[in-house]
Amino acid sequence: MKRVKLAEIAHARSGDKGDGSNVGLIAYSDRGFELIAREVTVERVKAHFGKICLGEVDRYEIPNLRALNFILHDSLGGGGTESLKTDAQGKTHGMGLLEMEIEVPENFVR
Amino acid sequence: MTKTIRIGNGQGFWGDSIDAPIRLLRGGPIDYITMDYLAEVTMSIMQRQKLKNAERGYAHDFVAFIDKVLPELVERNVKVIANAGGVNPEACQRALMKVAEKHGIEGLKVAIVTGDDILHRLEEFRGKGEALANMDTGEGLFDAEREILSANVYMPTHGIVEALDQGAQIVVTGRSTDPGLVLAPLIHEFGWDWQDWDKLALGTVAGHILECGAQCTGGNFTNWREVPGMDDIGYPIVEASDNGEFVVTKHERQGGLVTVDTVSEQLLYEMGDPQNYITPDCVADFSTIQLEDLGDDRVRVFGVKGKPSTDFLKVSISYLNGYKAVGQLTVSGPEAYDKAVKCAEILWKRLEHAGYTYHEPMTEYLGVGVCHEGIVENLAAPEVILRVGVKDPDRAKVDRFGKEIAPLVTSGPPGVTGFAGGRPKAAEIVAYWPALLRKELIDVHVKVEEV
Repeated sequence: MKRVKLAEIAHARSGDKGDGSNVGLIAYSDRGFELIAREVTVERVKAHFGKICLGEVDRYEIPNLRALNFILHDSLGGGGTESLKTDAQGKTHGMGLLEMEIEVPENFVR
Repeated sequence: MTKTIRIGNGQGFWGDSIDAPIRLLRGGPIDYITMDYLAEVTMSIMQRQKLKNAERGYAHDFVAFIDKVLPELVERNVKVIANAGGVNPEACQRALMKVAEKHGIEGLKVAIVTGDDILHRLEEFRGKGEALANMDTGEGLFDAEREILSANVYMPTHGIVEALDQGAQIVVTGRSTDPGLVLAPLIHEFGWDWQDWDKLALGTVAGHILECGAQCTGGNFTNWREVPGMDDIGYPIVEASDNGEFVVTKHERQGGLVTVDTVSEQLLYEMGDPQNYITPDCVADFSTIQLEDLGDDRVRVFGVKGKPSTDFLKVSISYLNGYKAVGQLTVSGPEAYDKAVKCAEILWKRLEHAGYTYHEPMTEYLGVGVCHEGIVENLAAPEVILRVGVKDPDRAKVDRFGKEIAPLVTSGPPGVTGFAGGRPKAAEIVAYWPALLRKELIDVHVKVEEV
């Protein structure tokens, strides 16, 4: 096994959902989707965004798009116009998720 | 012969490129141009404009766009659908008619779709026992005194279709859904049934892909190095025949990239439960969407399934919720981060000495890893921007905070600069209140005018 960043396996986009953000994580291949579906759990995402996401994390699987969708509740400091944060809309959370490292088989290529 | 129509979106949000719709019009074949002008709090700004001047309160940029291109639109019979009406679609229609007269155009039909503005009906709904409870917190709208600035319903798409059926070339709405701007011409052209949930869902997915403009043609794309010609990025086009599928593309000679990857990213943008994407018209199931790369910036979308619409409409209410101010200083090295931390400590202590404390004051150190706090950090950054902010119901308290930033340049650690633009002043916080309302309480009105 080797450790790689999610950026090697998937691409992502994020945006706001009230006071939370949504992060879509999309694998480049079917094999990549199996890996992210297994490794990128609610618990791991919550821990990864520990300083950003103060609420719960919801997770949805969308196999037809080889994608996972995460809702990071309470992660925008009030959200929309009420937030004082630089990233009041969670636009950067997708790129942040791609920094996560997971274990993949030694011979894995995206 | 199979009829194929091309619908492009030339405006993804209030403040998007003013040249994009013109490039969409002139860059190649197009039948419909849709334009989205309304962010969640845009309506409150427009209500204020209308209060000052009864002929304002809509998107002026839209009228300027029409003025620039109207003869061309008429000559090529390109239809335009925009939610540019804001809180004053009637005034927007009058302005558009004047533009048409100025250009000496005859026979042009301009329609407005209204009924979404319920600011004047809130008391009526209160009397009927409607709670308009906040969808996020559950709190009732009328449970506390609030200074409500605007209240609009996300309208079903029927009104736009009716306007097109009546021959309107320009359709202006108040608050409509973003996908509805694209769904409407598909229903109008292909005569889809209002109970044909799969087709309504297909058109809704088309609208969702287009609604953020260049975000599906290579903008905001993870693999940005792969995107050619971003300076000339093409805005998205949906090409559809009545065969249960459509193709996402862009004008051939413009920049950008349309692939399964760029389209997938946009499909997931602002997504909640993928199996229940709720609009006033249907519930689309995004777990049924199939994508296929056709090459040459063309992606086929098919297999979309839908479910019946719900009995409710979403309401977007904005209200005044106190004041805020944000200011910043640039702190140079050596030890930029440590000095910035010291500056913040001094700032908050000085305010406390003066008798001012704030609920959850904000302190950010831009440059060391604010966006990805706790994920990627670099405390050794050669310079750091200290960004601080407060909010409070008391305007004077917020203004007082703004006066405490500049003194740090001369009375704090060395090498602090970048205080420009004067003291930050308290700005109103216009907050957003999402709620649901029973569908039968709302009527759609369509008014077509002809020059």
